[in-house]
Amino acid sequence: MTDAKQTKTVKTIKINADLCNGCRACEVVCSAFHAEPKYSSNNPARSRVRVIRDPLRDLYVPVYAGEPAGAECAGRDKYIIDGKEYDECAFCRAACPSRDLFKEPDSGLPLRCDMCEGEDEPLCVKWCITDALTLEEREEEAEEQEEPEELEFGLESLANKFGWEKMQDALARMAQRE
Amino acid sequence: MRYAETGYNLEVDLSRGNIERVASDPRETELYLGGLGTNAKILWDRVPPEVEPFSPDNLLIFAAGLLCGTPATGCNRTIVSTISPQTELMAFSMMGGFWAPELKYAGYDKVILSGKSPELVYLWIYNDTVEIRDASHLQGKGAVETAELIQKELNEPKAQVSAIGLAGENRVLYASIEQGRSSASRGGIGAVMGDKRVKAVAVRGTRDINVAKPLEYMEQCTEVLEFIKWREDNPIPGVIPILAVLGSPQEMAIHDEQWHTENFMWGNARERRKGFWNEDIESRWTETMENVRTRLISCYNCPLKCGATINVPGLNTYMMKCFSKLTYTMAAYADLDFGFRIAQRATEYGLDAYSTPQVMAFALELYENGILTDDDLPGLPEDNEDRFFWLLDRIVLREGIGDVLAKGTYWAAKEIGKGADEYAHNTIKKIEQLPLKLSMLNPIYFLMYCTGEKINITQIEGQFPQAPFPKPEHREKFVKDWFQVPDDRFKQYFLDWEPRGEYSNPYYPTPEMCCDIVDWQEKMHYIDDALGMCAGLSSFHLKPPYHIHNFPKFIEYGAGIPMDEATLSKAAKRYRTLVRAVNIRRGMRRKDERPPEDHWKKRFPELEKELLDTYYQYKGWNDQGIPTCDTLRDLSLDYVAEDFLQRGVLTDTEEAPGRETGQETDADEG
Ligand code: SF4
Ligand code: SF4
Ligand code: SF4
Repeated sequence: MTDAKQTKTVKTIKINADLCNGCRACEVVCSAFHAEPKYSSNNPARSRVRVIRDPLRDLYVPVYAGEPAGAECAGRDKYIIDGKEYDECAFCRAACPSRDLFKEPDSGLPLRCDMCEGEDEPLCVKWCITDALTLEEREEEAEEQEEPEELEFGLESLANKFGWEKMQDALARMAQRE
Repeated sequence: MRYAETGYNLEVDLSRGNIERVASDPRETELYLGGLGTNAKILWDRVPPEVEPFSPDNLLIFAAGLLCGTPATGCNRTIVSTISPQTELMAFSMMGGFWAPELKYAGYDKVILSGKSPELVYLWIYNDTVEIRDASHLQGKGAVETAELIQKELNEPKAQVSAIGLAGENRVLYASIEQGRSSASRGGIGAVMGDKRVKAVAVRGTRDINVAKPLEYMEQCTEVLEFIKWREDNPIPGVIPILAVLGSPQEMAIHDEQWHTENFMWGNARERRKGFWNEDIESRWTETMENVRTRLISCYNCPLKCGATINVPGLNTYMMKCFSKLTYTMAAYADLDFGFRIAQRATEYGLDAYSTPQVMAFALELYENGILTDDDLPGLPEDNEDRFFWLLDRIVLREGIGDVLAKGTYWAAKEIGKGADEYAHNTIKKIEQLPLKLSMLNPIYFLMYCTGEKINITQIEGQFPQAPFPKPEHREKFVKDWFQVPDDRFKQYFLDWEPRGEYSNPYYPTPEMCCDIVDWQEKMHYIDDALGMCAGLSSFHLKPPYHIHNFPKFIEYGAGIPMDEATLSKAAKRYRTLVRAVNIRRGMRRKDERPPEDHWKKRFPELEKELLDTYYQYKGWNDQGIPTCDTLRDLSLDYVAEDFLQRGVLTDTEEAPGRETGQETDADEG
């Protein structure tokens, strides 16, 4: 690997909350895409984008699962929007020990948006035909850097949760059963 | 594994406080699909005709359609079925929104409420945890308010709540069930919920819904979404705005209300105001709408945004959809601004926005004509708009005359007497209809009005244009990409249909063609109601994304039930016939199947008789509208045939009309 600067295409999803109609199609398709096998089931509770909806206060904010947080934040504040108090966590992108959001409902493993790896276009963007979600691409100079694989990412979170030793034991046991 | 459906129903006995999770029989899904279909089967099996609507033995079923919760766009309907206190027949109102998919994710296809709770309660369903909870603190609270209070006390902002307001609690016969931007309004199902002392059903689910053939299913879904996008960019030319674009009429988005305000009747479905719409009104109403409308909003998994958040300064925020925008305004000869103000209160009360304004306009007509007097209406305000607010409160509180009006125009007129029934002129099967009064009989609509058991014209019409196009070249153009027709002969019916002359209403389309057209229209609604599909993307529209050619694939790939067009048509016919069987057993007969006398000015008694005779025959019903034994057996409804024979509803010769049940005589004598 060289240290030379290279350009790479950075894809980001632009969120225009003003255009969101609260339909949650983005949640449906995201969870379906990540089902095993692909599209075999769907369940918004597994989606990597979640729409914070509060129709009576006209609040619609699609939030994407980002890097998980190892521990919960200290000194959290409140948002007050249109007279209603929201916990600061309400709009946070992280899977975090303090709550269920952005975790697999069964295993508790953290979820993170992977931009629908392997698809031409993120599916939430494709299914949001009202254009609240759009894709933006830009060229950026960047260090070549390997993104951790999905598997690695998951293992790391498990290790954080249970400790390396326990996990190695479990893996060994499982390997024997196979 | 069960696909698309969860395979479980929740049985809640409110009298005993007993809750059970019961597996459903997959063979029933094959026969009746789900949603309305399986609801009809349950009502047939478990609610005998003697059961009164307000009896603990009546059931109130909340069902998610078969495909709700799968990625199929717009498949989000909750089908609520019970015996209606207004018609005493089966009611199967539906609502969009978010409730049905949430129920599926919680692991259930239906919630079946039986018995009657001793105290006001609400039901809280969170996956496997189901509780009956005290709702005494919610007594008298508005429906929108209730939903919010429940989310708050459960600390579950993602819970979906179906609730009744005070109208349901007080058993107003046209009370609705409200759910955020949606409501199940017709037939008084909110009153049945109130009678069962259930204030709300809240649900939250975090489970998977599986489909049988994932890639194939997704391909169908994507195709539909692409088509929706295309239809958005290519409205159908030559038809009124709400028919040109998809959606459950886009009343919240459009400002041009010339068609409704000049073609629908004002007051108590009385007066057509030609020339009403002008630039001044258009600009004022546009301003009103834009001032109160915060955002256009959608149901679950649908881009169409047919609803809106409405924020009238000084009043609590609520949500609205469809024609309720105009019903209050037009009943009161008022301004749009009045409509938004009174709809706010009516929504919190939880009332049907078709019936309620008509009942109030009916009461004021009786007053103007001396049938109701100052003694009946003590304290009636002077100002017209104030009168509507005053009547609304009396009805919901069931005070004085309000107690009578709470029964709807049909029953109220019977009770008031003194010729009041002349003024209850706009009902079919005892339910207030859209305020439409037209000139020339339309034979297709005649059949739909007569025989539609969902009782609202919007719940049977669709697919086929409402009127002929004037120019042959327009018709040619229209049929060119009309691939949704079940058969090419439907194109020919339309091509030959002229505004005047030999090939025009009422003698063309011929009775045989009308049967064919109506049967297709009705079938598509029944399919929607079993699958949980929104009619605004399907049966209600011309050239919709869902149709008879792709539905079998959705069912096969989604639910894993082998399906083709013929099998699907037969299943739809089966549960459609079962709905009729429930109603026949409760006394419905031919004499109940007629439009309001004044619906059309020009009537044709002989032709109308021929139309109904032909249609009954086409459907396999006898001349009383009763499905014959042959028809029933052909649909594997032998158990219905046996029941009919046993009760003498049908005799062995089948065609002879049998004895009519007592129910009907009672109803007629009021
Ligand atoms: S699909 Fe788009 S409009 Fe719908 S909830 Fe997601 S972001 Fe909002
Ligand atoms: S980009 Fe893909 S992974 Fe990320 S939220 Fe959207 S659908 Fe999910
Ligand atoms: S078309 Fe409209 S009413 Fe139908 S599901 Fe979509 S948003 Fe709801």
